[in-house]
Amino acid sequence: MATAIPAVQKGEAPVFYLAEEHAHPEGHSTPLGFWIYLMSDTLIFAVLFAIYGVLGTNYAAGPGPRDLFELPLIALNTAMLLFSSITYGFAMLTMVQGRVVATQSWLAVTAMFGLAFLSIELYEFHHFISIGATPQRSAFLSAFFTLVGTHGLHVTFGTIWLFTLMVQVARRGLITANRRRLMCLSMFWHFLDVIWIGVFTFVYLMGMLR
Amino acid sequence: MSTSTDVRHHTGGGHDEMEPAHGSFRGYMIGFVLSVILTAVPFWLVMSNVLDDNQLTGFAIMGLAVAQIVVHMIYFLHMDGRSEGGWSLLALTFTLILVVITLAGSLWVMYHLNSNLMPAHQTRQMP
Repeated sequence: MATAIPAVQKGEAPVFYLAEEHAHPEGHSTPLGFWIYLMSDTLIFAVLFAIYGVLGTNYAAGPGPRDLFELPLIALNTAMLLFSSITYGFAMLTMVQGRVVATQSWLAVTAMFGLAFLSIELYEFHHFISIGATPQRSAFLSAFFTLVGTHGLHVTFGTIWLFTLMVQVARRGLITANRRRLMCLSMFWHFLDVIWIGVFTFVYLMGMLR
Repeated sequence: MSTSTDVRHHTGGGHDEMEPAHGSFRGYMIGFVLSVILTAVPFWLVMSNVLDDNQLTGFAIMGLAVAQIVVHMIYFLHMDGRSEGGWSLLALTFTLILVVITLAGSLWVMYHLNSNLMPAHQTRQMP
């Protein structure tokens, strides 16, 4: 592209640049860019965990974790998210093999587990609010709803994204762009499961120990 | 089975190394089984009150959570020193340092703030 003025006329001209720009295929930097987005999301959750850690014992004479949390329900919720992680993994494996129907089926199963997780979480939130344990009740509950609610919102948008990609795959098949998008959602989905490990350990299990 | 679906190019030059890993069936199953164990054990420890010591249980479930996060990173997110030419691991390391500073710093500072700013009448009632 660029032509350099030869600095040395005799012998070999010194080259200070790459004569040929090597190829940058479309989307080659997307995985790293998306990973860095996930890392910035990690920092959001780190701050929310820190807030919960600081405010988590300020009950304002209201209900505490032992009064509210139902561990069997949380265990069920954790199982839903873990199952959705492995089924998304199967979707990625069938995507690599180029099997459209199998990929779509596994994505649908993943979406079902994601919706089950959200339903259980919404049931839990509704139960808390109906017995007066609202976010306004105490600093503990404000921090709890902010942290767990932010994770729930991420799962909600991940599920919407999942349905969007199912439509994309149905219309255009497993083209390179769709594979890239499915790979990004895979990272997002597994990342949300990693955050949930922190939530059920730090919020629910540690809460029951207090 | 495991190699047939592993599309990572180990030997290719240039941007072939940027091809993201998708893992293998075996890898996902190992990760899943380990995750189930590392999830079931902390719930069992807390729900059945096995250790009879809350502090010990707390440390145990924290350790199990860290172990499960590592399992997810390796088997589900395919994190290793080679992916993206090492840059994703570098970003992860940097993020983990910030997470530790944020969490440990906040808890440490606010704990001391709470104990130092305790109202006088409360501290007199303490013993």
